[in-house]
Amino acid sequence: MTTKQRSFLQSTWDLFCSLKLTMFVLISLALLSIIGTIIPQGTPPPEYLAQISPAKLKLYSSLGFFDMYHSWWFIMLLSLLTANLIACSIKRLPHIWKIITRPETVLNTSLEKSLSGVVSFGNQDEPGKIKERIAAILKADFADPVVTEADGSWYLFSQKTPWCRLSVYCVHLSVIIIFIGAIIGSLFGYKAYVNILEGERVSSVMSRSGKEIDLGFSVLCEQFSIAYYNTGAPREFKSILTVLENGKPVTDYEHVRVIVNDPLSYKGITFYQSSYGKAGNYHFTISDLDGKSATPLSVNSDSSVTLPDGSSMHVIEATEDISPYAQGLTGPAAQVELHSPNGASEQFVVYANHPELNIQHARQHKGGPVIHYKGAELRMYTGLQVAKDPGVWVVWVGCFLMVIGVYAAFFMSHRRIWVRIQNGTVTVGGNASKNQASFLLYLDGLVDKIKTNLNKEKE
Amino acid sequence: MTSSLLFNVTTFAYLISMLLFFVFLASRIKTAGAAAMAVAYGGLFAQTIAIGLRWKESYDMGVGHAPLSNLYESVVFFSWTIVLIYALLDIKYKYRVIGAFVMPFALLGMAWAQLGLNTGIEPLVPALQSNWLLYHVITCFLGYAAFAVACGISIMYLIKAAHDEGGQKSGESSIMGMFPPIRVLDDLNYRAIMVGFPLLTLGIITGAAWANYAWGTYWSWDPKETWSLIVWFVYAAFLHARFTRGWVGKRAAWLSIIGFAATIFCYLGVNLFLSGLHSYGGGK
Ligand code: HEM
Repeated sequence: MTTKQRSFLQSTWDLFCSLKLTMFVLISLALLSIIGTIIPQGTPPPEYLAQISPAKLKLYSSLGFFDMYHSWWFIMLLSLLTANLIACSIKRLPHIWKIITRPETVLNTSLEKSLSGVVSFGNQDEPGKIKERIAAILKADFADPVVTEADGSWYLFSQKTPWCRLSVYCVHLSVIIIFIGAIIGSLFGYKAYVNILEGERVSSVMSRSGKEIDLGFSVLCEQFSIAYYNTGAPREFKSILTVLENGKPVTDYEHVRVIVNDPLSYKGITFYQSSYGKAGNYHFTISDLDGKSATPLSVNSDSSVTLPDGSSMHVIEATEDISPYAQGLTGPAAQVELHSPNGASEQFVVYANHPELNIQHARQHKGGPVIHYKGAELRMYTGLQVAKDPGVWVVWVGCFLMVIGVYAAFFMSHRRIWVRIQNGTVTVGGNASKNQASFLLYLDGLVDKIKTNLNKEKE
Repeated sequence: MTSSLLFNVTTFAYLISMLLFFVFLASRIKTAGAAAMAVAYGGLFAQTIAIGLRWKESYDMGVGHAPLSNLYESVVFFSWTIVLIYALLDIKYKYRVIGAFVMPFALLGMAWAQLGLNTGIEPLVPALQSNWLLYHVITCFLGYAAFAVACGISIMYLIKAAHDEGGQKSGESSIMGMFPPIRVLDDLNYRAIMVGFPLLTLGIITGAAWANYAWGTYWSWDPKETWSLIVWFVYAAFLHARFTRGWVGKRAAWLSIIGFAATIFCYLGVNLFLSGLHSYGGGK
């Protein structure tokens, strides 16, 4: 390897170890994340598309702005953060590990210079005796000291919670663990939805990307209901579900109540109450303007039918009683949408109790077929979100480590105290990895205690 | 005694407290500072009782739930947490002037809530009927409050730093003499964020846990979630600034202020400004 190559590698490594890069990546992530909160994510809705120019649309799509959190550049920034994190840890951990496992137990001059709180005082007692006294105080007040003798001098070293120096690495590791959990989830899990009519069962669900996924068991919706507050606002959406294996109910999974905020989990797949509606068949008759040659017609709630004149019709919504919505009218009514073969489309309401209105409407529209509503056989269905995420536990482990790690990083401190007894002088020095100021106060108090104790001994 | 009367008392107390802090700042009369703090404590006490009463009143109405369910209740709670965090800071460090830069946030919250927001107690919609709501809201708002305090301290830092650079020695007679030294302000800023960051982390995690429990996705990049992550990134940057050459001091103070601005945007701005865009998705 040439020196040039080596220095390139070295500077790349240094870059990945640097906190300047961390600042850059964190601030970039913060700024760029804003884009996705302003531009709608996913399939852009027509209202949005109507208000931006085609050039902008092309630019945004090519930059991945409509799915920016999965775009190559966002993923690259996250990878950069991870690389930065790993490189930085590799560089620093050995040093930290040494501080924890092989502490400097002897207070020498260079160490002394690096400490901010050092106190010295004279004492002419026998060094061995002083050592015993101070060791006893350290043990009672702080932590059991390591005692070393060298060249007629005594050295004492005590420390508390050295491992808390690892807490920052715990936080950093937790970030990576959360990423791993998210990757597992996106590779091996899915998000889907399913609508189940009351009394019916399903054995597959539709993923968000439009793929049908086989569950390997089936789910029966026994009932769906809504409860209301006195004010009329909804209080509870409730489905009663039963899980079936080979058509037989599974014990403990029969008649399970599923409400918002209380899902059903079976074999790693979870069903969440998410929406509801009515589905079934709407019945109509189609006739001429003078009411002749009436033929019955049924339309399923999620499909459309072709009328004799070639136009297609589907139902938008229907009611058992129109009177609250239209004064003077009664009985069932349905709002339908008609698409003529020539591309025109219109929406209008047809009635069961008011055939004259249906005829009038047909007259106004060049005498097309007259549509009479005859009512519907509808059943409630429950809309369930379905999710499988085998990575979620990894994410929670990461979150747990992060919380513990952040707590320890901020509120725990590795505190060390060194004592040297040499040529009739006692020197006490200390250091804390966090909250140095309050530790120095503590150290002052400890030194006073030692002095008092040693003086008492003299009398 | 009703909660709404007590909330008015609270607002008034925070107003008086803020004014007394300003008097203290301008006149350096110690009693003014003590009185300002005492009134702030009085307000905090009244507000604590009021929140408890409102909780009870919701049960009397038959729609019992913790008073954290709508914008009014959250703004009131936010203002309560700001004064709480400031009171803890005062007990521990006794830098009274900080009140002049923190109480305005609390007052602003209470005044807006009492004058501008719908104060009615409403029943909980099904999506909010979960204990996670409590854990999530409490941790988030305590975090936000710590950031509000940090923001106040950072503003003081920038004022003081600009003054020190101006060359005038922090003379005994000037208002600047009342400010703690910038070294202390820097440290207090860090300490406030040391409280806020873990709480925000917990807030985001409880939010994710709740979303996962209720909808099966712990993260869906909706604007509110994303903004909370933006805030988190900013404060993570702040925490690393202290170890980075060129980022210590003023830049860190600015990060803390920007962090709080992002916090406020996350809390209010997302609903006020981004909802218009977000509601495109509401049509289906
Ligand atoms: C989202 C990502 C990150 C989070 C949440 C995070 C969190 C933290 C926290 C909480 C601390 C303790 C700060 C303190 O004691 O005041 C810390 C310190 C530190 N972080 Fe990070 N960090 C992240 C990314 C990184 C990255 C990418 C690097 C890469 C170089 C890095 C390097 C460091 C270093 C060197 C320290 C100081 C350790 C010490 O006390 O000596 N961090 N980090």
